[in-house]
Order: sequence, then structure tokens, then C-alpha cells
Amino acid sequence: MLRFIAARLVKAVFILLAILVLNFMLIHAAPGDPAAVMAGEAGAADEKFLQDLRERFGLDQPFGVQLWTYLKGAVQFDLGFSYRQQMPVAELIWDRLPATLLLTATAFVISIVFGVIAGVLAAQMQGTWWDTLISSVALLFYATPLFWVALMASLLFSVVLGWLPGFGYETIGADYTGLARVLDIGRHLILPATTLGLFFTAIYVRMTRASMLEVSRLDFVKTARAKGLRNSLIQRRHVLRNALLPVITLAGLQAGQIVGGAVLTETVFAWPGIGRLMFEAISQRDYNVILGVFFISAAMVLLFNLITDILYGIVDPRIRLAR
Amino acid sequence: MKTLRILATGAALAAATALAAQDAPKSGGTLNVVIQPEPPGLMMGLLQNGPTQMVAGDIYESLLRYDKDLNPMPSLAKEWTKSEDGLTYTFTLHDDVVWHDGEPFTAEDVVFSVDEFLRETHARLRASLVHVESIEAPDDTTVVFTLKQPFGPCLGLFEAGTMPMIPKHIYEGTDYAENPANNTPIGTGPFKFEEWERGSYIHLVKNEDYYLEGKPYLDEIYYQVIPDAASRSVAFETGKVDLLPGGSVENFDIPRLIAMDNVCHTTEGWEFFAPHSWMWLNMHEGPMTDKNLRKAVMHAMNREFARDALWNGNGRIATGPVNSVTRFYEPDTPDITYDPDKARDYLEASDYDGETLALLPLPYGETWQRWAEVAKQNLAEIGIEAEIVATDVAGWNQRVGEWDFDLAFTYIYQYGDPALGVARNYISTNIAKGSPWNNVSGYVNEEVDALFAKAAVSPDEDERQALYSEVQNILVDDLPVAWMIELEFPTIYRCDVKDPVTTAIGVNDGMRDAWLDRD
Repeated sequence: MLRFIAARLVKAVFILLAILVLNFMLIHAAPGDPAAVMAGEAGAADEKFLQDLRERFGLDQPFGVQLWTYLKGAVQFDLGFSYRQQMPVAELIWDRLPATLLLTATAFVISIVFGVIAGVLAAQMQGTWWDTLISSVALLFYATPLFWVALMASLLFSVVLGWLPGFGYETIGADYTGLARVLDIGRHLILPATTLGLFFTAIYVRMTRASMLEVSRLDFVKTARAKGLRNSLIQRRHVLRNALLPVITLAGLQAGQIVGGAVLTETVFAWPGIGRLMFEAISQRDYNVILGVFFISAAMVLLFNLITDILYGIVDPRIRLAR
Repeated sequence: MKTLRILATGAALAAATALAAQDAPKSGGTLNVVIQPEPPGLMMGLLQNGPTQMVAGDIYESLLRYDKDLNPMPSLAKEWTKSEDGLTYTFTLHDDVVWHDGEPFTAEDVVFSVDEFLRETHARLRASLVHVESIEAPDDTTVVFTLKQPFGPCLGLFEAGTMPMIPKHIYEGTDYAENPANNTPIGTGPFKFEEWERGSYIHLVKNEDYYLEGKPYLDEIYYQVIPDAASRSVAFETGKVDLLPGGSVENFDIPRLIAMDNVCHTTEGWEFFAPHSWMWLNMHEGPMTDKNLRKAVMHAMNREFARDALWNGNGRIATGPVNSVTRFYEPDTPDITYDPDKARDYLEASDYDGETLALLPLPYGETWQRWAEVAKQNLAEIGIEAEIVATDVAGWNQRVGEWDFDLAFTYIYQYGDPALGVARNYISTNIAKGSPWNNVSGYVNEEVDALFAKAAVSPDEDERQALYSEVQNILVDDLPVAWMIELEFPTIYRCDVKDPVTTAIGVNDGMRDAWLDRD
């Protein structure tokens, strides 16, 4: 197992480097550079202004030199300097990380807990009105664009009902401390985390239901029934455990996105996280910020893929033995 | 009769006194304002974008401010004189101004700011400083600007966005861009920088040592960063913010917001910038080099419809290159109104062979996208095919700067005087790839160059008016661009926010005079 993990880690490092190079090339292929955007924002720019900016950011260097400089820094965990925000990228990402982790991890927990429970219930009550209701609601949330759900949730719960704050991370200027601050952040978290969680909840419901139904028709379940085991035990120990494999795969994918943030949700709810940082960086061609966020996200996806593989082995001994 | 008059006078006096008491500014309170996008920094000498100026306009000041008719008013300078030959401007500064770190503000700071710092960093001001021979500080409260030749718009340069005062004791001899003070800006303004929670808000607090007695009235200001336009509307509707600066929300949300109880709005405060919208017509090469086709495009534009449908009726139909609130505007220019029949006649007379024109919308939100669709439809009505090219801000900058379009929407500030904000878009010496703000069309007319050059340095206002009137007539006849609308961006605020806009620079001039009528 250790050798397997070591081999995967080495492979991951090369994949990460390839991702960095590809991202670097892609970003530089997009029209416009940060100097042009900043000059545009200033509403006036002469040759000297643009030249000064390009020199300062190293954008006047040949492409190969820029790439080499970036890679040299990246392997030492120096993600460079944000042209627009005028501060180191690592510091920017570090600043935004807590907000993003709080949002995506909460949405992750919401979606797994509610998704799996609803999926199991739907499978157990297959063909009933409850099954139809759960499946229909899941389909609705799966098909509705997240952006729209976010806006409607904000309008309903913030403007019409006035129950929850519609944007932001905490009440600005309130200066809460201790428990009051935790509760304040919690209130601000409800709408974005639920909105973000809904989409994944819907996927988990559908996947758990389908997987449960598929597994419950397999021979070993019939054998368990023939042996006279209690239905609840069969469902828990035999069906659910085997049905969870695709759910774990999906959870691994979702977990990989936890650090990358949630662009749409963070933008609509003015949540100061990494997804929004990246969204703004793309429109401003803030190369180093974009690359920094991609780098961290890619590293996380690779890490969680590895964890998923290990979890597979734990849940399904056949996979462990095959190795 | 006499008694009646006395009574009437007494009643009027009593009413005036009551009104004055009612309108007397109250001190205290917190103002929440939307800022979008989040500024890259707050050091106004280094960054000249709109969001930076909006926040930093509270922190930094210049020598003058301007009323809504663009007349100069005192700011850091309490008096100023202009010599008869128009070559010497002498400013007398307040003697009790201190920087936010407690150091005194003196004439030496002015000389350093303009002659060293801004000459190095401020592209727009640098273009005007070529007219300046010397800047001297004979004593702590006197600054003398000596010009090489008269420069008509000289007195219009002394606003905070164009010429912010920079503390010499902090920046002299340092690498300006890397100076750590850029993150904790030090100015002389009515508010001090307190905290910046990136992605969330910028917090400013009252400058207790401000040189104007009693001002500012507000205790603190929070500039809240809300990236989505719909969410900004929600923030205002739910009372989380008190003021939406012009352009913060989509135009289609404005009627709903201003119809709310206790909500006021004003289109004032844009007189200095005078945002003027038009379509660049690419005269470097391609179909738009044909004057008849340019005239066809101009007369095809239904600008009244665009203003009423897309801009909620805000704005005035442009009649030429100079905005009607900018100095030296000439109303009597050739007709460029919407007239599809005339447009078809010009199209008939042109060499247009039916090719599809590339139309670039401005990537600043829904309204501009829809405006491009209206323009496309207007063109189709007279038989011109156009294709809308989708871009983001960076892509738009590059395409326009590289002249990669046939028609491209834009709007540009005029800064109060044609020499500062109009000539740059039409003179042939300002044709260069790489910037979307110069003479992008590639229009070349020696007569126009000469008229703009002469008008800029003429010491006589009447002569300047005559020269600018002549150049406006030539330009409207040549149509190097298709002028659209003189834009107005309403500032929307709760009615208990008083005096948020008191100058021609509006909310970008800081909240020095603003107060809250709340208990």
C-alpha cells in the first residue's frame, strides 16, 4: 500500500507540473494582458505608462523566460505577486481560504448527509409517492441553474421575508466577538451553503438511489435474504456499503473543489472566497492569481483522488486485494 | 401695507430659520456605500481608476474643487491668482493642514507631488505638465506654477483625481510602487484609512484633525464590495447599504429602486467627467473609411429609443464631440439626428458592398450588450449587416487598442475642457496602437490638429470658444466617430443621507460634506 501511495505521489507531482505549464500557456493565449487592463481602468495611458507596468511585472520578457521564472518560483511555493491587488498571491489565497473552506465544507456536509439519506429513503420506498417526490425535487435542483437558485433564494429569504442576510460573510461594522460572531457568520452562511449544497445534494440523491436499487438486485443480497437476515441489517451492511462506491467517487471530486471555491455562489452572495478571487482575476488578466488558484485547486484534486482510491480499498476489500 | 410687508418678512424669516434649523448638518453616524469593482489599491497617485478614486477621494485632496458649473472652489488652496499674461498661477495654501500621520502639509509637498511623483506616475496629468515650466514654493504656504505658454484649461487640473497631494516625507527617495505606505494611505482628506478586509469592505474613519471646523460630519464610512449587480440591488433594498454610486446597479433595476420609500436620486456630480458615449468607426482600413457609410451609420442610430429603453430616459442626445456640460460646447453643428431615409441615401451613395461589420459592445454589463443589439437592428433596418463580437474587458481593451473592429462602443470622460478630454480622441499625433483611449479611429485632419493646438494655448476665452466651435463643426461633418448619448449615471441613496453630491466630481470627490439626518 505504501509503495502504491508513493508511486501515485510521484505521478501527481508530474501531473501538477504539466497542469502548471498548460495553464500558463492557456492564460497567456487569452487576448489582453494585465497592463492593458490596468491602463484601461485608469482611463488614459501613454506608451510610458504601459511600458512601466510591463517592465514592473516582467511582461516585457520573452514567453519562455516568463514561464521559467514562474515555474522556478512555484516549485518553491512562491506563487508570485498579484499585479492588480498589489500583494503576494500566496497571501491573497491564504486570506480567502478560511471563507472558502467554511462555505464549501458546509455545503459538502449538507449535500452528503441530506443526499445520501434522501437517496436511501427513495430507494427503500421505490414506486411510492415519497420516491416520486424525492426524485422529482432532486431532478428540479439538478436541472435548475445555480445562479438562478442563488438569486431567488436571496430575493425570497432576504428581501421578501427578511429572515437571512443576502450577502457578505458577516455584519459589517457590528464588531461581534466570540459566540455572537460565530452566530453572525452562521446566519450569513445559511443561504450560500444551502444553495451550493443543493446541486450536489440532488446528485447524491439520484446516485445513491440508483446504486442502492442496483445493488439490492444482486445475488449476494438475495443470499442474505435467503439466510433470513433482518432487512435493516441487509440494507445497512450489504446494500448501502456497496452502493456507496460511486458516492465516494463523487464526494472525492467534490472535495477536490473545496479549496477551489464556488465561483457563482461566492459572486452572488458576495462571499469573500477563492472562487470569487479567481473570477475577478480572470477578467483582470491577473495571471499569477489565476495560476495560483489553479495550482492549489489542482493539487487538492490530486490529493483527494488519492484519498478516494484509498477509501475504495477500505470500503470494498476486492479492490484492495486486486492491488 | 407697511405692516403687512413687515409681517411677511417676519414670517419668511421664521420659515427660513426653521428651514435652516431643519437643514443644519448633524454630526455622527455610519455611511455604507457600494464599491464595485474592488479597487486594486488606494494610493491615488499610482492608480487612477474609478473605484480607487471613489474611496481615496475621501483620503486625498488637491488644491481645488469645482462646483457643478465647473468654477474652481477652495480646497487645500484657500486663494489663487492668475497673472495677466496667463503664464503664472499662484496658490495660497491653508496653513493649518496636517497629514493623517500628524506631519504638517506645506508647499514643498505640492512641488514634490506634481513635479516629481505625479510627473512619473500619472499618464493623464503628464500630458498637461508639458506646458509647465516650473513649480516653486517660495514659502510654506505659497506655490507658484509658471507655464511655458498660456494653457487654457490649467485651472481645471487641480482636482484630486488629476492632481492628488502626496506626502513628501513618506515618498521622497523611495520606490513609489513598492512603498509600504501604499497599503495604509496617508492623505490630508476628511477621512482616514482604517481597515481593508479584501473581498468584503474598506473602512474609513473621521479625520479628527481636519482643517475645516466641524467637518466631516460622518463618523465612518464602509465601502462594501459586492461583485454581483443583482446582489447590490438586494443590498440596497434590504437597507444594508445607504448609497449606490452611479453605475453600481443595472439600469433595468433603477426604476424599481428609486420608486422605494425614502429613496432619493440625483444625476448631478458628473459635470466634470461628462461621460460621452460613441461608436468608434475604424478609419484605418476597411469599409468605415468611406465618409458616406459613416454618415449612413450615424443617421441610422435611433439614440432616443436607446436612451429611453436602455437608460431609463437618463442622458442627453449627443450633438458632437463636446459634451453639453463641458466648456466650449457648440450647439450649432450639422444635423446628425436619427433619419433612416437619409441614412439609406448615404448608404446608396457609399461603396458599401454588403459585407458584415464587426460591432464591439462595451463589456460593462447588460445595458451595453443590449445597446449593441439595438445598434445592430438599427443598421439592419437600412441594410447594413453587423455581427456583435463578444469580449471581456481585457479582450475589449486589446481589440480596440489594436484597431481590430469596424464599430466599437465606448464612453470617455472629458474632464471639463476640450483640451483635457476631447482633443486626445481626434488629433493625429495621438494615433498609436496599444491604448483604447487615444485617437482610436485613426482620424487625420491637419486643420483639426491645428485648431485644437491653438485653442489649448490661447489666453483668450472668446478666441478659444471660436476655435472650438469651428473644430466641432468640422468633426461633425467628417464623423470620425458616431456620437451617441451624453450619459448620466444616477446616484441612488436614502433620503436621510444629505449632501452626498456637492461638486462636479460627485461621489468621487469624497464625503466631506455628507451627513445623516438620523437620530
